[in-house]
Amino acid sequence: MDARTLLDQLFPAGHDVVFDGPYFAGSGRCGAGSVAVIGSVDAAPIGIELAHRMAGAVLDVVREHPGRPILLAVDTSGQRLSHRDELLGINGYMAHLAKCIALARNRGHRVLGLVYSKAVSGGFLASSLLADVCYALPDAEVMVMNLPAMSRVTKIALERLQALSQTSPVFAPGVANYLAMGAVEALWDGDLAQRLDAALAAPVDGDRRRAVGEARGGRLLARRVAERVRTDAVG
Amino acid sequence: METLTFEYRGGRALAAPAAATLTGVVGSGNLEVLVEPAALDGACRVEVTTAAVGFGRIWQAVMDDFFARHPLADVQISINDVGATPAVVSLRLDQAVEAFRGGVA
Amino acid sequence: MSHSYFEANARERLAQLLDAGSFRELLPPGARMTSPHLPPLDAPVAFDDGVVVGAGTLDGRPVLVGAQEGGFNGGAVGEVHGAKLTGLLERALDERPAAVLLLVESGGVRLHEANAGLIGVSEVMRAVLAARSAGIPVLVLIGGQYGCFGGMGIVSRCCDAIVISEEGRLGLSGPEVIETTCGVEEFDSRDRALVWRTVGGKHRYLLGEADRLVPDDIAAFRAAARELLDTRPDLSLAALEAEHARLGRRIDRFGDCRDARDIWTRLGIAAPERLPLLDTAEFLAATADRRA
Repeated sequence: MDARTLLDQLFPAGHDVVFDGPYFAGSGRCGAGSVAVIGSVDAAPIGIELAHRMAGAVLDVVREHPGRPILLAVDTSGQRLSHRDELLGINGYMAHLAKCIALARNRGHRVLGLVYSKAVSGGFLASSLLADVCYALPDAEVMVMNLPAMSRVTKIALERLQALSQTSPVFAPGVANYLAMGAVEALWDGDLAQRLDAALAAPVDGDRRRAVGEARGGRLLARRVAERVRTDAVG
Repeated sequence: METLTFEYRGGRALAAPAAATLTGVVGSGNLEVLVEPAALDGACRVEVTTAAVGFGRIWQAVMDDFFARHPLADVQISINDVGATPAVVSLRLDQAVEAFRGGVA
Repeated sequence: MSHSYFEANARERLAQLLDAGSFRELLPPGARMTSPHLPPLDAPVAFDDGVVVGAGTLDGRPVLVGAQEGGFNGGAVGEVHGAKLTGLLERALDERPAAVLLLVESGGVRLHEANAGLIGVSEVMRAVLAARSAGIPVLVLIGGQYGCFGGMGIVSRCCDAIVISEEGRLGLSGPEVIETTCGVEEFDSRDRALVWRTVGGKHRYLLGEADRLVPDDIAAFRAAARELLDTRPDLSLAALEAEHARLGRRIDRFGDCRDARDIWTRLGIAAPERLPLLDTAEFLAATADRRA
C-alpha cells in the first residue's frame, strides 16, 4: 500500500501530513484525538539526513504536543550503505532517533510502529522496532537479508536455507516470522482507522515482545534467558 | 558436525574441590574446553563436538595422550571445536586443566 | 606490564578490567545455554553463546558487565546472546549498580538467526534506554579485533559514553558489506588506511562519536571506565535537543567531506595527514580542543 492511501484509510476524518522527498510528517485525526505521524516512502534507505529529520520530528511532537500519540510509518530498505554515511557516524544518528523515541515514551507519549510496505534491518531497528508496539499490514515485507545474500555470506547452501525456512521463523524474510517471534503484535487488515483506535486504547506494559514470541512458539528462549540473567543468584 | 565421546578410568580425584572453568574460544582453528567436576564414579569423560568430521582416530590419540599427562577422576570435559590442529587441542587442554586445578579464572 | 585489549578474549578482558577476583558470572558456560538455531545449519555452538555476563566490582564499586566474544561468529547477536544482554541491563533496574559496562565486540546480527538477532538487538536498545532512564549509566568499551558494527554500533551510541582505542572500530555497515553491495569504488575494504581513518578510534573520537581515546591496554580501559562511573545519564528533552543540534551542525559542517582528512582539516588540525602515525598521547596532544 502506498503512504497516501494508508493515511486516508487510517484517518478518514482527515490529516495534514506533508510529504517531502522520502520523508513525511504531520498529524491525523482519529477517535481519540490527534495522532502525530512520522514516516518515509518508497523503501527509502535511511541515511544520516533522514534519521536526523525523523528524530527532529519526534522532538517537535514532544515539545509542542505533550502526550500526543506518535505513529511511525517507516518504509525502508534498510540503513543507507555508503562510505560518507559511515564517515559521518550514521550509527550515532540512528541511535539519536532511538533516544528520541525513548524520550517520547518516557514523557507519556504512546509510540506505535506500522510497517505498511517494507522494513529491513537497521532501518527497521532504529524506528518501528523501538515503538511500544509494532503492527504491520499483511503484505508488508520484513527482513534482515534475503536468502540468496544470506547464503553467500554464511556459505550455507541456498536450498538448505529455503528448506529450513519452511519450519523455522528465525532467519528467513517474512512478516509472519516477525509475528511469530513477537516483534509484530498483529497484522492490520479491514478497517485501519478502527485498528488504530483500538491500538491507542490498549494498555502498554514495558517490552512484552519476548513473552509474546514465547506464547506464539516463535521465540522460545529469549524470555527465559533474560529472566534468568535478571534474577539468578550470582555464583 | 560430529560428536565424539571418550571415557577414561584409573585417574585421581583432585585434593580440593574445583570450580568449572572455560578456556579458549569457538573460532576457526580453535576450540573451547569446559572442565567441570562431575560425579562419574571415578571416570573422566570427554565429549567433543567438532566441525571437522572424520577425525575420530586422531581425537582418540590426542585424548589418550592427554589422559596420560593428566589422569583426572570425576571430571567432565566438554569441547566445542572448529577444526583445531592436534597441537592446539593439546595446548588448550593443558591450559584448561591448569586453570581448573589452580582455580585461575 | 601492559596487556593488549585487542589481543585478549572476552574473559581475559573482564578478569583484568574488574577488581581482581571480583567477577561472578550469570548463566555460566556450565548452564550450556547454547543457541538452538546453529546446529540445524551445521554451525558450531559456544557454551556462553559468545557473550559473558555477570557482576563484579570496579574500584570497589558494584558493576554489572557484559563482554562479547569476537572470536565466536564475530560477536554476532543471536537469540540467546541478545537475551543475556537484555537480562543484564534489566537486572540493573533491580540491583542499581554504579554502572553497567558493555565490552562490545560485534559485527551485528547473527545471520543464522537473523530475525531473532535483530529483534534481540532492539530489546537490548530498549533495555539500555530503560536503564539510563532509571539513572544507571551504561558505558561501552570498544577495542577488539572485530570492532563494533551493525546493531551493536547503534546500541553503543544509545549508551552514556564510549571508550575506544585507536585499534577500535565503530560504525553501522562494515566496509566489506558496503563494498560487496555498492562496489569497490564506494568503499575499498582492503585499503586498511582508508578503513581505519573512516571507522577507527581516532576519527570516532575527533568526530565526537566516542568520548575517550585510550591506548590498547586493558589497564587504560579500566582507568577510563573508572573515571566515567560517575556519569549521570541525561535523556531529557534539553539533552536530546542539544544532541540534535550537534548532529545537525555535523551535517552542515562536514556533509560534503569525502574523506576523514577533509574533516580533520576543517577542524583546524595542523598536518592532519600525520594523525594516523601518532601514538595515543601524541594524538591527544595534537588534537587538544579541536574535536567537533
